[in-house]
Amino acid sequence: MTILKHEFRQGRTAFWIWTGVISVMLSVCVFLYTEVRGEMDAVTNLFSSFGSFTAAFGMDRLNFGTLEGFYAIECGSMLGIGGAFYAAITAVNMLSKEESNKTADFLLTHPVSRRRILSEKLLAIFVQLTLMNLIILGMSLLSIIVIGEPVPWKSLLLLHFAYYLLQLEISGICYGISAFVRRGSVGIGLGIAVLLYFVNLISNLSESASVLKFFTPFAYCDGADIITTGSLDGPKIAIGAGACLAGILAAWFHYDKKDIT
Amino acid sequence: MEAIRTDKLTKSYGKARGIIDLELTVEEGEFFGFIGPNGAGKSTTIRTLLGLLSPTSGAASVFGMDIVREKEGILRRVGYLPSEAFFYPKMRVRDLLKFSADLRKTDCSAEAARLCERLQLDTERKIDELSFGNRKKAAIVCALQSKPDLLILDEPTGGLDPLMQREFFDILQERNREGSTIFFSSHVLSEVQRNCTRAAVIRQGKIIACDSVSGLAKAHAKRVTIHGSVDLSRLPDIKDKQTGSGSVSFLYNGSMPDLLRCLSSGQITDLTVAEPDLEEVFLHFYEEEDAK
Repeated sequence: MTILKHEFRQGRTAFWIWTGVISVMLSVCVFLYTEVRGEMDAVTNLFSSFGSFTAAFGMDRLNFGTLEGFYAIECGSMLGIGGAFYAAITAVNMLSKEESNKTADFLLTHPVSRRRILSEKLLAIFVQLTLMNLIILGMSLLSIIVIGEPVPWKSLLLLHFAYYLLQLEISGICYGISAFVRRGSVGIGLGIAVLLYFVNLISNLSESASVLKFFTPFAYCDGADIITTGSLDGPKIAIGAGACLAGILAAWFHYDKKDIT
Repeated sequence: MEAIRTDKLTKSYGKARGIIDLELTVEEGEFFGFIGPNGAGKSTTIRTLLGLLSPTSGAASVFGMDIVREKEGILRRVGYLPSEAFFYPKMRVRDLLKFSADLRKTDCSAEAARLCERLQLDTERKIDELSFGNRKKAAIVCALQSKPDLLILDEPTGGLDPLMQREFFDILQERNREGSTIFFSSHVLSEVQRNCTRAAVIRQGKIIACDSVSGLAKAHAKRVTIHGSVDLSRLPDIKDKQTGSGSVSFLYNGSMPDLLRCLSSGQITDLTVAEPDLEEVFLHFYEEEDAK
């Protein structure tokens, strides 16, 4: 597990920055809820009048006046975008950074098989994402308890779990890309995260675009769906798991034979 | 046993020429030089042997292990020093050395300390604070600390000052006496001449000569310097002709009787026939190849 430990050390600054920023933003949102709770009915009415744009953010079916609804929209967006960016950057860099920083010669001339390197680096991504999500969830729960609101356990856990799956999916896809590119990988990773986010917004705009929901993990993180149905969307998650696995397998087979020039 | 053996090893990729049908054998315990200009295929050969590149065709083995199927086994016995060493910039030297040892699952701390002292490398420094030369020293310690059976060094002296170069070669000679095989690529011929027992010359991806260093220097040419006048136009095998005041000097690679006949027909006041140094032989080989 030498490489796993090495990756933790290499990635610890980024890990704590992203975890810290997302946790603090979520906590700030939760604290803001107490301030704006009284005015939320008016806000809900206002937002519900924006037609399809309201639907794009799922605000037609969620009540801003409840903590659940407020959390799903406000905190969901931050956790979604922040988590997706972190997962994308970490994964898309994981293999390519060795070539862009020219450290691949050092690492790959030690008696460690490439598949071992691939496994430990993948594990490093998944462990970091898991830890980050646990810390964020803990901070959120703590904030809700501090403001004295009852914790909407089921909705909250489902929502966080969905975003965790989203991060795993994006990281799997980006890991696959990481095996193929040598430099400029961060741009690709962020581009993918942003693209998937906008695909979801577009898919919410009209019924005719709803097929796009199957192409973005943000679709199964839709707070309105999760809270109203009380469950996650299995088929969409299965598609996401497939995409994640495809990325990992692409890395697995390509990187093993890749020429390091 | 052979430390390195290549059999029609070919690697072609992208715009780079790569290597073509490379035939090379390095015996265990040898101090072997691998000479060639930039872009000749030295690094491609080394990178293919180390498994960083997959061969396009042909085969190669290190200590009898196949370079494609038994990479890990090979790397366990090989220490590699790249021509330009890059490491994780935020790491301290001591952590880097520990990381390298951990990847080899060995404790090299005693040998690392000894090497760092000899090379005057401060292990508390961070990699991104190191000069090019100090980064090279860190790379040397990484390559040598596990006492590998085969050291593959790709243009190792770049960035080291002359004193450090001497210390470095002293260490290599010690290792060689202890039984390590050393495979050492360079375009600095004096280094090869001073240290290696055998050498191969690579050009445009092909081995064009492989012999003992003394053999390479002797076999192919003489440096002839003449004072006086003589008509050299009938001698076909002249290279690198330099005319001075009343003297002419050239590399000669043809038959001795022809040379003697030609010289005896002129008015010669003084004559020197010397072994050319490897530098001259090296240039001479390439001129020969260019002419073809």
